[in-house]
Amino acid sequence: MKRFVIPAAAGLVALLLLAAALAPWIAPYDPTLTDLASRLQPPSAEHWLGTDHLGRDMLSRLLWGARASFGAVGMILVLVLVFGCAVGMVAGLAGGVVDAVLMRICDAFMTVPTLVLALFMIGALGTGIANVVVAIALSHWAWYARLVRGVTLSLRSRDHVAAARIAGLSRLAIARRHLLPALAGPLAVLASLDLGHWMLHVAGLSFLGLGLAPPAAEWGIMINDARPFFRSAPLLVLLPGAAILLTVLGCNLLGDALRDRLDPGMPDHLH
Amino acid sequence: MLRFALRRLASLLPLLLLVSFGFFAMLRLGRGDPALDYLRLAQIPPTDAALALARAELGLDRSILAQYLAWLAEALRGNLGESWFTRRPVLEEIAHYLPATLQLAGTAMLVTIAVGVPLGLWAALNRDRWPDHLTRAISFLGVSLPNFWLGFLFVLVFAVTLGWLPAIGRDGPSSIILPALATATMSACVMLRLVRASVLGVLGEPHLRFARARGLPRRTLIGRHVMLNALLPPLTAIGLHLGELMGGAMVVESVFGWPGLGRYALTAIANRDYPVLQGFVLVMTTVFVLCNLVIDIAYAWLDPRIRLEGAA
Repeated sequence: MKRFVIPAAAGLVALLLLAAALAPWIAPYDPTLTDLASRLQPPSAEHWLGTDHLGRDMLSRLLWGARASFGAVGMILVLVLVFGCAVGMVAGLAGGVVDAVLMRICDAFMTVPTLVLALFMIGALGTGIANVVVAIALSHWAWYARLVRGVTLSLRSRDHVAAARIAGLSRLAIARRHLLPALAGPLAVLASLDLGHWMLHVAGLSFLGLGLAPPAAEWGIMINDARPFFRSAPLLVLLPGAAILLTVLGCNLLGDALRDRLDPGMPDHLH
Repeated sequence: MLRFALRRLASLLPLLLLVSFGFFAMLRLGRGDPALDYLRLAQIPPTDAALALARAELGLDRSILAQYLAWLAEALRGNLGESWFTRRPVLEEIAHYLPATLQLAGTAMLVTIAVGVPLGLWAALNRDRWPDHLTRAISFLGVSLPNFWLGFLFVLVFAVTLGWLPAIGRDGPSSIILPALATATMSACVMLRLVRASVLGVLGEPHLRFARARGLPRRTLIGRHVMLNALLPPLTAIGLHLGELMGGAMVVESVFGWPGLGRYALTAIANRDYPVLQGFVLVMTTVFVLCNLVIDIAYAWLDPRIRLEGAA
C-alpha cells in the first residue's frame, strides 16, 4: 500500500506547492476582485468552483490561499530552525551555567499549551500575519532547541569530533563541518511532522480573525467569511476546509515516510 | 508517595514563577505604550497630563522587575487586577468563563480515551490486517483535519440536515456532543496510534510469551497482562493532549457559540487589555501544569518504578 500512498502524497504536495508558487499567473481572476452581480454562484464554465458572497472567484481565492498558507508555514519553519539551532548549539557547546539557564527557558516555553501561548503572544504583539507567524514559531522553538542540544552533546564526546578539536579547528568550524550534517536528519524528521500542525494553527488563528485582514485570500479567513452563508452555500465553507485537509494530509504522509526512512525508532505524530 | 508528590510540586513552583515573569515582561516589552491602551479602554483622551497620571497609576515608571514583584504580591493574594475594559476583577471574569472551556476540554479528553484506547487495542491485536490499515487511514485523516472546519461539517450533517443535535449554544447535555467530538478528533487519533505502539511493544515481551505458554485464556491475557502494562504510558501522554485540547476548545468554541474563555481571550486581544491577557495565560498554564502534576502522581502511584526513581 505504501508504494502507492507515498508517491501520491509527494505528487499532491508538489502540485500544491506549484499552485502556491504560480498563483499570480494561473489564477483565472484577481482573488480580491468583487463582482456583486455574480455573487454566490454555483460552479460554472466561467467560475470553475463558483463565487463567494462578494462574487469573488473561489478557485482564484483557493490558489492564493495556498500561497498564503505555504508562505506562513515556510517562515515559521525558518524561524524555528534558526532559533532552535542557535539556542540548542550554544547550550550544547557552552555547557555549564549557560546551558542550565537556556534549558530552564526552554522548560518555561514548553510549560504553556502551544495555542494558548500563541494567543497570548498575539495579544502582546498585536494581530496580523507576521505576528501570527512569530507567535507560532515562539511557541514551538523550544522542542527544536532541546533536540539540537541533545545531538550536540552526544556528538561532543565522539572521537572524530575530539580529534577535530585537538587538531585545532575552531568551534565554529566544528559546528559547520560536523554538527550541521549530523543535525540535518533529525531536524528534517521533526520539522516535516510539524509542518501540517503549524498549517492547522495558522488556519485556526486566521479563522479567529487574528491573521491576515479579511479582503486577503487565506483558507481560514475564507471559512470565517462564509459563515453567514453556511446553510445556503455550504460549498464556501467546504472548499477551503478541504484544501487545508488535503495540504495537511499530504505533509503528514510525507513526514511519516521521511521518518520511516531516516529514523524508524521515533514514535509517530507526538504533539 | 507523599514525598514524591511534594518533590514534583516543589520543582514546579520555580518554573511557574519564571513563566509568569516571562509573560509579564513580554507584555511590557511588546508593541506600544501600555498607558495609551489603558487610556483608550478607559475612554480618556490621551493628553500629556492623563498619560503621566496613567503611567504613575500603573507603575510604568518603575523597572520591570519592580512592577513584576508588585504584581506578584497581589497575585499571590488572589488578585490578578481589574480588566481595563470592563473594570471588573480579572479573576472573577475568568472564573465565570473557565468552567465552560474546562467542561468542553474535559469531555473531549473522555472522548479521546473512550475512542482512542479501544481502537488502538483493536489495531494492535490485528496487526497488518484490515483493522490495522483502517485505523491507520482514519488516524492520518484525523490528525490532518482542521477542528473548526470539522465543527462546521458536524453542524451541517447532524444539526442542519438530520436535526438530531443543536447547532449552537450551551444548554442541555446534548449541546456538548458536537463541540466535544470536533475538539477531540485529533487527540483521539494520536491516542489510537500511541496505544497501538504500546500494546505491540508489550505483546513482544517475554513475560507475555510465558503467560501464553501457561495456557491462560485470551481474555485474561489481554485484560491483565497486556492492558495493565500497555495502557499506562499512553494515558500519561494525555497530560500533553490536554494542552492541545484546551487550545483546540477555544477555537471550536467560536464555531458553536460555546460561552467559554475563547471569546473572552479574543476580546482581550482585540482590546489589548493587559491584565486580562496576563490573567488568561497564567490561569490556563496553571490549570495545565496542575493537571499534569495530578497525572504524574497517579502514574507514580500505579507504577512503583517511577516513584522510586532517584528517590534514594
